[in-house]
Amino acid sequence: MKTFFADARLIDPEAGTEARGGLLVEDGAIVAVLPEAAVVPAADRVVDCGGRCLAPGIVDIGVKIGEPGERHKESFRTGGLAAAAGGVTTMVTRPDTIPPIDDPETLEFAFRRARESSPVRVLPMAALTKAREGREMVEMGLLKDAGAVAFTDGVRPVRNTRLLQRALIYSVGIDALVIFHPQEPGLSEGAAATSGPFASKLGLPSAPLLAEKLQLARDLAMLEMTGARGHADQISTAAALPLLAAAKAQGLKVTAGANVHHLTLNEYDIADYRTFFRITPPLRPEEDRVALVQAVADGLIDVIGSFHTPQDEESKRLPFEEAAPGAVGLETLLPAALQMVHSGMVSLPRLFACLALNPSKLLGLPGGRLAEGAPADLVLFDPDAPFVLDRYTLRSKSKNTPFDQRRMQGRVLGTWVGGGQVFAREQG
Amino acid sequence: MRHLLGIEGLSQGQITDILDLAEQYVSRNRQPDKHVGGLAGRTMINMFFENSTRTQASFEIAGKRLGADVLNMSMATSSVKKGETLIDTALTLNAMHPDLLVVRHQNSGAVALLAEKVNCAVINAGDGRHEHPTQALLDALTIRRRKGRLHRLTVAICGDIAHSRVARSNILLLGKMENRVRLVGPRTLMPTGVDKFGVEVFEDMREGLEGADVVMMLRLQKERMDGGFIPSEREYFHRWGLDAEKLGYAKDEAIVMHPGPMNRGVEIDGEIADDINRSVIQEQVEMGVAVRMAVLDLLSRPTHNGRESLLA
Repeated sequence: MKTFFADARLIDPEAGTEARGGLLVEDGAIVAVLPEAAVVPAADRVVDCGGRCLAPGIVDIGVKIGEPGERHKESFRTGGLAAAAGGVTTMVTRPDTIPPIDDPETLEFAFRRARESSPVRVLPMAALTKAREGREMVEMGLLKDAGAVAFTDGVRPVRNTRLLQRALIYSVGIDALVIFHPQEPGLSEGAAATSGPFASKLGLPSAPLLAEKLQLARDLAMLEMTGARGHADQISTAAALPLLAAAKAQGLKVTAGANVHHLTLNEYDIADYRTFFRITPPLRPEEDRVALVQAVADGLIDVIGSFHTPQDEESKRLPFEEAAPGAVGLETLLPAALQMVHSGMVSLPRLFACLALNPSKLLGLPGGRLAEGAPADLVLFDPDAPFVLDRYTLRSKSKNTPFDQRRMQGRVLGTWVGGGQVFAREQG
Repeated sequence: MRHLLGIEGLSQGQITDILDLAEQYVSRNRQPDKHVGGLAGRTMINMFFENSTRTQASFEIAGKRLGADVLNMSMATSSVKKGETLIDTALTLNAMHPDLLVVRHQNSGAVALLAEKVNCAVINAGDGRHEHPTQALLDALTIRRRKGRLHRLTVAICGDIAHSRVARSNILLLGKMENRVRLVGPRTLMPTGVDKFGVEVFEDMREGLEGADVVMMLRLQKERMDGGFIPSEREYFHRWGLDAEKLGYAKDEAIVMHPGPMNRGVEIDGEIADDINRSVIQEQVEMGVAVRMAVLDLLSRPTHNGRESLLA
């Protein structure tokens, strides 16, 4: 069956362009990209995009699904529905489940549950060390063959550098991607805010900004030492950026991500201890946010993710420092990220390089492009449509969004995975 | 004013109003019949998630002298230990229709969180490292009575500023009333970004006390003395303990304050603490009851629009 997406504003992150045109899809893949003037091809079905934006589906690295262990917070079904509604066509899930995904059997469970219930693609990551305890490396080869796309201990950096060195060397042998969390653990432990006048005024336990630069320096040296391929999960401070730039210039195999919340919110949003704004790493001063957005525009930051972290009401209805960190983000990733486009700092193709193309390349996936042969994972959206977010309308099982009652701009109208529609926004 | 959650939300005028009213209670408290019936029939609950004999007793006496029915809940041994959340505890108590809740909690912001969930007046009796407004008010009243004014004074706050809610509330209050505030202590016990607080910071205690009108000492918690923040108790006393020699740098008529309980020989020399010419530590305790009576009184006054008191 052939589907033609007519009259679209095609966002092509690979060419760095946006242009009117159409897209012909057959058997789950893009078979032709047609300019506006071209003859309309014969198709079984035509989707009239009405001049709205059509872009490659978002590949969100670092999504937490509560399976196994915390299905009451998020299941593959609810997470998948939220992803579809947010234009996320691939969820790259975290291994920090209960128990953690650190052996092929648990990984297989996640795959099976995902296949049964998620409307979007799911690619699980596995832990780097057993039980994420930083003592022994996982069966990296078996896990990779079983489908683990990357290895990470999440927000727990491996403190034992000798073990980390070996794990990285081993990862080179099997060409595995290691994702690290550049926050120095000694300084970051228990931190609910970023050290500075604001955190001091609120009396919150905090970690210094430089805890990131410090750990990033270690991690980059480890990559240099071992030749491993590494990705920094979240860069959030201005001070870390020159280090990252130098490492890239030096030719290290390193890429870096940013959390959309660090790109759109700052520490003052915590205001009077609003626990939905407690995330890891904590929100930063405005100067850091601006520097980070600039790094997205400059291409220094490769990937933007939601770091979707569902928490139930009980985990958040607590004093700030006791509240569980994290925010849901699958459904708000695109409208939040579009804030950078509306402010004129980042172009749409550049944004989709960070949301779709680069994460695909990083994981060796064929998607993230609007090109012949690429899978028809697509998102249709109106970048300008305004709305006020009501957290109770989220499809996610947990409603812990920092954007509740916020005015946002940009709505997903439809989402396709492998040519099949998985989401269509109700009109009105 | 619906709640008293911190000094931050108070204006200069409100602070003066509270102190003026407290002043009246000071004289009242010195008479044999201390009973004032203003809060008869009202229920006041003390919820102390962190143990405190002194502050709790001060609030209890204040409430009782105003005629309120006072209930003390020792939260450290109650259902909170059984896993009940702060909010559920608040909702449970709220259903019993208290008029005043006095809350101390170990986490910053916890009292404000609780205040959102109940429909009675909430008084912050100390939340984490954030604020302890009644302490700052009683300190202000003590200073005003001793110095005859509460402006254009040089006040040195000494010791563990980083972990102190007393320091934060005092910095705010003394700043609002247009005083010079100096912070004195080891750098490990100074909050980050303290230079943005509108204060002067001194490492050297003698420099910090030079010409001060008021020397306010803070308690150094035992758990900070283990080498994590300062090398040892005796080194701390050597550099930042208040003794006669260091006090000599302050003005001759400078007063010495301490929120209690004191560690004699750690942050303050016993002789200074007991010197009736310099130390106003006992007077602070007395002012504490009067200030708390004033706060309870003001928060309980109904006006034409619901709970808004004369202060708001």
